[in-house]
Amino acid sequence: MAAHNLKHALFCAIVTLIVAYPILGFNLVSSGTDIILEGATTQTVISVLLAAVVVFLFQLFRDNIMALLGKAPALNPLANRQPMEQSKRLKLESTILTLIIIGALFWPFFVSRGSVDLATLVLIYIMLALGLNVVVGLAGLLDLGYVAFYAVGAYTFALLSQYYGVSFWFALPIGALLAALFGLVLGFPVLRLRGDYLAIVTLGFGEIIRILLNNMTSLTGGPNGIGGIPDPTLFGMEFGRRVKEEGNTSFHETFGIAYSSEHKIIFLYLIALVLAVFTALVIRRLMRMPVGRAWEALREDEIAARSLGLSRTSVKLSAFTIGAFFAGFAGTVFASKQGFISPESFVFLESAIVLAIVVLGGMGSQLGVILAAIAVTILPELAREFSEYRMLIFGAAMVLMMVWRPQGLMPMRRIHIELEKQE
Amino acid sequence: MQDLLYFLQQLINGLTIGSTYALIAIGYTMVYGIIGMINFAHGEIYMIGAYTALIAITGLAALGIAWLPLILIVALVCAMIVSSSMGWAVERVAYRPVRGRHRLIPLISAIGMSIFLQNYVHLAQGSRNIGFPALIEGGFRFGSEDSFQTSISYMQITIFATTLICMSLLSLFISRSRIGRACRAVSQDLGMASLLGIDTNRIISATFVIGAALAAVAGLLLGMYYGSIDPLFGFIAGLKAFTAAVLGGIGSIPGAMLGGLILGVAESMTSGYLSGEYKDVVSFGLLILILLFKPTGLLGKPEVEKI
Repeated sequence: MAAHNLKHALFCAIVTLIVAYPILGFNLVSSGTDIILEGATTQTVISVLLAAVVVFLFQLFRDNIMALLGKAPALNPLANRQPMEQSKRLKLESTILTLIIIGALFWPFFVSRGSVDLATLVLIYIMLALGLNVVVGLAGLLDLGYVAFYAVGAYTFALLSQYYGVSFWFALPIGALLAALFGLVLGFPVLRLRGDYLAIVTLGFGEIIRILLNNMTSLTGGPNGIGGIPDPTLFGMEFGRRVKEEGNTSFHETFGIAYSSEHKIIFLYLIALVLAVFTALVIRRLMRMPVGRAWEALREDEIAARSLGLSRTSVKLSAFTIGAFFAGFAGTVFASKQGFISPESFVFLESAIVLAIVVLGGMGSQLGVILAAIAVTILPELAREFSEYRMLIFGAAMVLMMVWRPQGLMPMRRIHIELEKQE
Repeated sequence: MQDLLYFLQQLINGLTIGSTYALIAIGYTMVYGIIGMINFAHGEIYMIGAYTALIAITGLAALGIAWLPLILIVALVCAMIVSSSMGWAVERVAYRPVRGRHRLIPLISAIGMSIFLQNYVHLAQGSRNIGFPALIEGGFRFGSEDSFQTSISYMQITIFATTLICMSLLSLFISRSRIGRACRAVSQDLGMASLLGIDTNRIISATFVIGAALAAVAGLLLGMYYGSIDPLFGFIAGLKAFTAAVLGGIGSIPGAMLGGLILGVAESMTSGYLSGEYKDVVSFGLLILILLFKPTGLLGKPEVEKI
């Protein structure tokens, strides 16, 4: 152990103390008009000191620890396994997906109201994540203002129903198409920009949309939002206890069953499920069509793809527009589920959560993204006592993922042929 | 006359805000100039600087020290030390392992870091905004008593002066010192610089440390100017500063100063003549327009794509 190592370890430990102690060790408390400083609990102080000691020891013996880790048997038993054959793998994936869908169809009839509600939210996130997956995962365009298109979908439905009494089924395509139009109009000029500039411009766009929604009080109600958004109907049948609109009948009367508020929740869930499956299938098709291949080609090597005759603008624009379309879809369902929307639901954090889902699941991989959406939405509900740590863990997970496994938990496998080694 | 005084007031307010944007923008532009990535967590480092300064100020007040220059200097030094350590640690933990990979990977890592730091402060200090004591009060006034008066507060003068001092020191440092010369070499050609015996890792760390220290200065100044801070206020300020860096030409230090001042003036004119709510729309709109029509910014060099 060289003196150099000792110096470095000491330095790292001191930095840990400086970074952690002032912020964690002192609490600013407002009392009346004054602010007073309170020391943190002994427990916090001890854990900060402990963290510094751990960093010190780790840096001191880093070479030894790394060597030990290298020698240790692989923790992942699947690491050395041969990749499954392609045809088998595809078949397995479709079987799993079909089973999940069938299970999801019957599941809500056996569980509580709260879990069906949560599942609807999960499905909305799945739609969003699948849409963003096209933009970020397949086309490699980092869109940080994705939530803007979600907001366009939601507000389209809310405004149309408020001013013109348009029902859910009419608003659904209109919302999605309007979001796609926004994507097209925004994408046309900005897609010439390089990756990280694009990220910032889309972020700025998302903020502009939110600020506009917040300030156009006469139209959108500003921060108070829009309420009273109608529920979807089934062929003119409403799910309320009483029929609100003339000409409609109510679901429970038509079928002669007792009224239950659960019908509406389950119906919304089923709509979300059908739309999510629709989204997944459409994108799955698109991925195998020439346009999907073009997205990936442009992501992998823009210069090579362009030299082969792909139009950069139209390929990127198609990905951007399709992503926006499905965000609009999800937005309409969200507005209908909540019955009330306000700009607060469409902040940057929401974009970051959807991005985190795509990144954690594995950019480009549909199954991975779906599983990640389920995990990211349900885990915080299960661990409610840790809910305030949710975003902290999110951020840390994004960093760690990029450092250790940038391809995600379940990376996409492209159809490919492996050349045999020639002797 | 009245209109002129009103205009002058907006100009002064704009230049004040703009000079602090310029201080934050330096961090973005230097990092971008050297490793070509957007340090998304820079706004959070600025926010942490403001929190540290407030903690130091409150601590000194609790100890019964009331001599203003001492309080300011101690708060400034504390904020700079904590922020620079943070900048160093962030680079070490989140950026160095992903350096040189695909462009999106460091960017996503930076967004993760930004969310992490926001929530770190949120958990440690609560989400409510906390009042920042106005230590420097009073100012000059122009114009007749019975109509609109243009005022320059001592706080605004302090902000100008501090920014000016920091920028001059930075320019001297970059042009004269050994590390400054190495910084310029690394930003021109990282591979070549390392062949010539420059420890590029150290220089990159130094860039993060310098940027973070300047952000901490801005944190203290803006905290006092606005009078309150919260864990989320770094995010928008970071975006604004990034806009300033792009406006002036990312990678160029004089560009960051110019961009900051222009952005600040544009913002205060919007809130002065239109409505305060739309000032963010104007700055993001400006960012989009600049990127569309002159992606290299006002003073930036065009980037040649190498095959």
